[in-house]
Amino acid sequence: MTISQKPVVGQPVEAIPETIPNGPGAAAILAAGIGCAAIGILALAGDASKAINGLLNFYKPSGALSGVTTVAIIIWLAAWFILARRWGNKTVAMSRVNIGAFALLLVGVLLTFPPFMDLLQGK
Amino acid sequence: MEITTRDLMTVLHGMGFGALFMLAFSGAIAGLYRMSAPGAPPMSTREQSLLNFWLIAMVVLSWLTVFSGAYGVYPWYRAVPPAGVTDLSNYPRSLLLSSPRTSEWHSLGMEWKEHVAWLAPIAMTMVAYVTMKYGRAIIQHRNMRISVLAFAVAAFVATGAAGALGAFLNKYAPVRGGQSIVLIQGEQPEGGQTPTQTPGVQPQPAQPKGEQP
Repeated sequence: MTISQKPVVGQPVEAIPETIPNGPGAAAILAAGIGCAAIGILALAGDASKAINGLLNFYKPSGALSGVTTVAIIIWLAAWFILARRWGNKTVAMSRVNIGAFALLLVGVLLTFPPFMDLLQGK
Repeated sequence: MEITTRDLMTVLHGMGFGALFMLAFSGAIAGLYRMSAPGAPPMSTREQSLLNFWLIAMVVLSWLTVFSGAYGVYPWYRAVPPAGVTDLSNYPRSLLLSSPRTSEWHSLGMEWKEHVAWLAPIAMTMVAYVTMKYGRAIIQHRNMRISVLAFAVAAFVATGAAGALGAFLNKYAPVRGGQSIVLIQGEQPEGGQTPTQTPGVQPQPAQPKGEQP
């Protein structure tokens, strides 16, 4: 793939390498979406169920927030690791990854928003 | 001039880490856009290194912000007052919930802030990783550029929401108390009056014995 560059006099310009497979980037993007959605889903679960809230109470002074965030970070990093292993040297359908990542990000935003959480719980 | 340990931690969380992270967005988004904008002159190696450093600093700041908030400030915010306590100024959550005029600052404001803020470090870590992994080569991946910019903007919006709610919460129910740290000893006021007490700091044992819910 040839890419035209305007040379900038006096400054070394970063060379554009040959096409890098989009797999590693796609893995990071989709994993970020999964992590964001995990925050929202766990926040909703903790809000809806006292039992889950108790399970997520990893550090008493911070309450269930400690469990929600710790578990979400573990899910995010695990998803990133697994996807990176699977897509490391591959080229994947990036538009589908984008749609999935944006949908998951939206889930994360909506499920952390208390009025939406209440709506889902019929409060 | 003095400050309490809780005030210091709150300032560090909100202004030291959070506001600095927020300020850094303008540079990051401009850099990310410029890196991949059609027709833009290519970045020099030095500019690319600067952008990488900028993004790493943002990732560090974003994580410091959420961890200092969740494990430093939040436990003080949600401490439950012991039975019989009527002055709730050291118990912000209880203070807000004690009146229907302020309860939504907790039920909506804090409940959203405490979770939505965590989207920012996850998103920014991804943005920094992809930018550093692909560098200028990201122009070969249009959809990846879109995602990187979109997640950077989402992180900005999440940080803005959390930061704004934090500022309002700090107006209505600030986290106060703790040990006083004298930064500068002032001169005695004329007429030999006794020094006035810092507003909000109770002349009582430094740590209120609040139970955790």
